[in-house]
Amino acid sequence: MSVAVRDLHKSFNGDEVLKGISFDVKPGETFVIMGPSGSGKSVLLKHIIGLEEPNSGEILIAGQSLHGSEVLKNYRVAMVFQSGALLKSLTVGENVGLYLTEHRLKDPDEVARIVAEKLEAVGLKGLEDRAPSELSGGMQKRVALARALVIDPQLVLFDEPTSELDPLMSVNIGEQIKLMRDRLHPTILIVTHDRDLAFGIGDRIAMIDEGQIRFIGTPDEIKNSRDPMIQKFIHAELTNT
Amino acid sequence: MFYNIGQIMMLFWRTIEAIPNAWLERKKVYDQLFEIGNASLLMVCILSLFIGGELALETGPTLVERGLSGVLGRMVGLSMCKELGPVMMAILIAGRIGSAMAAEIGSMRVYQEIDALRTMNISPVNYLVMPRMIAMVIALPALVIFSIPVGWLGGALVSSFNSSISVPVETFFHDLREGIAVSDVMHGLVKAFVFAIAIGLISCHQGLVTIGGPRGIGRSVTKAVVNSIVVILILDYFVTRFLIYFQ
Repeated sequence: MSVAVRDLHKSFNGDEVLKGISFDVKPGETFVIMGPSGSGKSVLLKHIIGLEEPNSGEILIAGQSLHGSEVLKNYRVAMVFQSGALLKSLTVGENVGLYLTEHRLKDPDEVARIVAEKLEAVGLKGLEDRAPSELSGGMQKRVALARALVIDPQLVLFDEPTSELDPLMSVNIGEQIKLMRDRLHPTILIVTHDRDLAFGIGDRIAMIDEGQIRFIGTPDEIKNSRDPMIQKFIHAELTNT
Repeated sequence: MFYNIGQIMMLFWRTIEAIPNAWLERKKVYDQLFEIGNASLLMVCILSLFIGGELALETGPTLVERGLSGVLGRMVGLSMCKELGPVMMAILIAGRIGSAMAAEIGSMRVYQEIDALRTMNISPVNYLVMPRMIAMVIALPALVIFSIPVGWLGGALVSSFNSSISVPVETFFHDLREGIAVSDVMHGLVKAFVFAIAIGLISCHQGLVTIGGPRGIGRSVTKAVVNSIVVILILDYFVTRFLIYFQ
């Protein structure tokens, strides 16, 4: 399932956050959007999932314009939020099975079976009855991933999937995304400033800065870019002098 | 202000559109009904008992002094049915339940739970607003039905035991039976129904438009309660005019 973004502009209270963003994502591709904090990455993702309306420009999902239409309802699209965005009033199991129960796609026994299977897939077997607040940040993100897996998505959007996680958990989340990619072959868009994740998983990487695309290329191309901003971003390190 | 009123009207319309799904969402409606009833019933009884008692205490001595002790039951009865029952219960529910609704939905908005629902094609109106609205329009009139006789009882007890009034319970209730018609109780229930819609809409709307983290949630809760109380008192006047016109 392809995604195309065409000359996207968005302002909040006169402050232009997106300044003419354009790019294409091919079906089955893992496309990573990197950039410093406040560069408009998450806002861009919210436009692609239809949570924000652009001031101008267009987003095409599988060739169909998103603007003013219900095109997303025709496809299995999931988003994993930075915070996980699990419903605190529900248990882990209810969160994972929410889509199936709310749309009445399966009977309760079948939902329970699918929930157990998806939780096992993300390494959280047997935690169905726990409250989200009882889980660590990394576990909550894995539950959110399981919730996305339930619909066997054709397009998955990740907003900072490894933020606030320790390095081991970040690697674990990256592995889970890879597993999902290998099993379901969805189109994946990841917003992150985690360089290891971006280079380890991305087919192509877009570097966004101050609301504009600065560079799009493969991980090798971006590593070899001569753009000083990109070099500074991907090689930034704290030195103990 | 007009923008907010427009948004609330839109929310009202979308809630009405969602009502055909109410049977499918009945578990959420039951949960909300339990929440409202469980949180409020005892408070409703205590409040009503003292409101009825207070009414009798304030007016009883003057009525007795002027030889009008025979109308005390009617006066307390009508006040509870038509005005104090529905208005005070609505204010109580706005404070207890409206604030909780605004806080819960506001927190879901701030922590992206509502965005998550939308990405799953789950309508926040269907999932959150409609069950709360239905529970509210059932629960508030039901609580008013509880509050009215408890208020009468409070009035009767004070009238009977206060030495400056000393109207026997039998006399109080005899006069009350003479002076109160079913239409008077219906008058209060119509008001409660209208207030319930107002509280539900204002509280859910405030929750849905919450921005800015915990401070934003606090602001939404305050706005939900204050706006609900103001709207209840304004609506009270217009609904009373409307009901008097049709009497």
